[in-house]
Amino acid sequence: MSLGLRIALLWLAPALAVALGLLARRPRASEYLNLAASVAVFVLAVPLPFLHGLPATLLGGYVIVDALGAWVALCVAVVYLLASIYAVAYMRQAAHRQAQLPVFYALFAGFALSMLVAPLVNSVGVYWIAIELTTLVSTFLVGFEHNAESMEAAWKYIIVVSSGISLALLGTALLYWGGSFVYGETYMLTWASLTAAAPHVPPVLLKMGFLLALIGYGTKVGLAPMHTWLPDAHSEGPAPVSAMLSGALLNTAMVGIVRLLAAADAAGQGRLPHVALVVLGVFSLLIGALFIVRQRQVKRLMAYSSVEHMGVLALGFGFGGTLGVAGALYHMLNHSLAKPLLFFGAGNAMQRYGSKRMDDIRGVWGQFPVSGAIWLCGAVAITGAPPFGLFPSEFAILRAGWSGPHLWAAIVMLVLLIAIFVAFLNHFRAMYLEASPLAPPAAPTAAWGAGWRVLPMALALAALLALGLWWPPAWQALFADIARGLGAVP
Amino acid sequence: MLAAHLAPLAASLFSLLAIASLLLAFVMLGSRWLKDYMLAFAAQSWLIGILSAAVGYYGGYAELYWVGGLTVLFRGVVLPWLILRILRRLNTARELHEVLSTSTSLVIGAGAVIFALVVSVRLAAELGLASNVVVLALTVMFSMKLIGFLMLTLRHEAISHILGILVLENGIFLGTQILMPGMPLMIELVLLFDLLVAVACFGVLVRYLLTHIGSTSSRELRRLTG
Repeated sequence: MSLGLRIALLWLAPALAVALGLLARRPRASEYLNLAASVAVFVLAVPLPFLHGLPATLLGGYVIVDALGAWVALCVAVVYLLASIYAVAYMRQAAHRQAQLPVFYALFAGFALSMLVAPLVNSVGVYWIAIELTTLVSTFLVGFEHNAESMEAAWKYIIVVSSGISLALLGTALLYWGGSFVYGETYMLTWASLTAAAPHVPPVLLKMGFLLALIGYGTKVGLAPMHTWLPDAHSEGPAPVSAMLSGALLNTAMVGIVRLLAAADAAGQGRLPHVALVVLGVFSLLIGALFIVRQRQVKRLMAYSSVEHMGVLALGFGFGGTLGVAGALYHMLNHSLAKPLLFFGAGNAMQRYGSKRMDDIRGVWGQFPVSGAIWLCGAVAITGAPPFGLFPSEFAILRAGWSGPHLWAAIVMLVLLIAIFVAFLNHFRAMYLEASPLAPPAAPTAAWGAGWRVLPMALALAALLALGLWWPPAWQALFADIARGLGAVP
Repeated sequence: MLAAHLAPLAASLFSLLAIASLLLAFVMLGSRWLKDYMLAFAAQSWLIGILSAAVGYYGGYAELYWVGGLTVLFRGVVLPWLILRILRRLNTARELHEVLSTSTSLVIGAGAVIFALVVSVRLAAELGLASNVVVLALTVMFSMKLIGFLMLTLRHEAISHILGILVLENGIFLGTQILMPGMPLMIELVLLFDLLVAVACFGVLVRYLLTHIGSTSSRELRRLTG
């Protein structure tokens, strides 16, 4: 299969799910259409980073398929598949919204499509637009439950993120202006042309452009202190949407920061861009740790864990070097596997207990013998404990920090990760082992759909376990390749 | 670069349009009536559309006439019409709760302009561009950004937030027209379209806010904390 055809099909599958689902207007049909699209996307995206002939540009240079973009698309595909399987059971349970299901799945597939496009966009300006589109589509998914809380979350999400990434637009404009000193007035600003021109762009424009874009896209990534929309949006959307937001969306915005960092590095901007990224990363870890310790709501717990892990990613890319970049890329996939698992577990608990408060969720063992065990393993995995995939990736990032100029950040990271480990698992201890003050919830009906719920969680856990025990050699070569492409290695 | 070598007439025309847009941003900052914001925003968009055409005329960029025309059509007519439609549905005509008095927010806005001026002068000096138009364009771009953020923080009404975001983008648009007139047409068109979609989304959300929360003021949005 040629690369162009593969990309076309990759985008066509969710697009068809949107169109046919809206035409059919039947809940079951749209459900299976979305599921089929997610399987197709997964099959098409998995080999993408390993194809020969990358990087390649398509569509007159507006699309670039390079290993980095393909890797992020792969993470999106993984989350989309897991979330689509889980959504079948979860959305059926939300019985009062059945008539709206075709709209939900159309938005869901559209959201996946926008996230599959964004990392493969070659033009810096069009990338900004793609990121803005992901916000516009997902706002309606966040507000899908149509109650006061979800409306508040949706409104905060769209306002905070739109105003935040308008800073990235200003940064992009300044970078374009900087490039025009090299290329002349009219040219197409692509990632590659920016990196090539960077050494000749006036340093002040490059610096300002990078910092503005870092703040702008950092808002979308959920780096503290621009993370304020994230806990609300992640906790108020339906669980499959939370999984997509956390596991897939945040990564697609991180790509922009990483690519701009490569341009700043090519210009020999010194340590400023890396220091900025490392500081934001450490601060995100700190905010994540503080709010995880005192959290009372189960999905907000997962949301602050996302802030924490985006901080870890920022640290990985900020530390740089082959090890830092490889660790961050590996961490991206591991987080994309673990976070959906946790949100699915939280969704199960919320629907069974009818509450989001962890004080009400007690005696999970008794309620969920199978999925409860998987959820607990997922909690162990997300805190970075062996034998799961997040342990080697966080360890690689830590090692990268240890040997670089940001030793202080590595030490702070280690301390905060330990604090988060203790606090996070303490919440789970309470949920699993403490006796419930309330009467246990009613036994599930046949509509509960246990199979649809356990399957994605088990798949994610199996992958996490495999990745924790064995870091495939082909991936090491891929990561080293990406690191070289980003200029992280001399 | 166009802005660095301008004929005196063109330079004064660009300056006039840029300063008038900045003043309109202050009109928005100083008013409490939602309809006034909208009218000021529409007028600002018209000025930016005229500016695009003027840059196209003096710089010889034929496609900028298109950009100017579409800016007037989308930002000057369609967006205000959409916002007016949202306004008619609401029963709020003005900001009810003031975080800061009008005069205080105008003074802070003036401070923001001075800050933007200092940054722009430094930036232009570092780039070796002594042209007044460059400094002015940068100042207006940065100060409209800051004023937009001020509006977002000081106002509670949903409509004010939407207009605040639009002012943020108007500032960038104005700056790019003068400083980077050669920006590819395709990007500008998609940006305009994107804005239209964004405002349509905002409109739908405002309606939901009204139905489910019973108010469009962000003072009522305080359920989610911690």
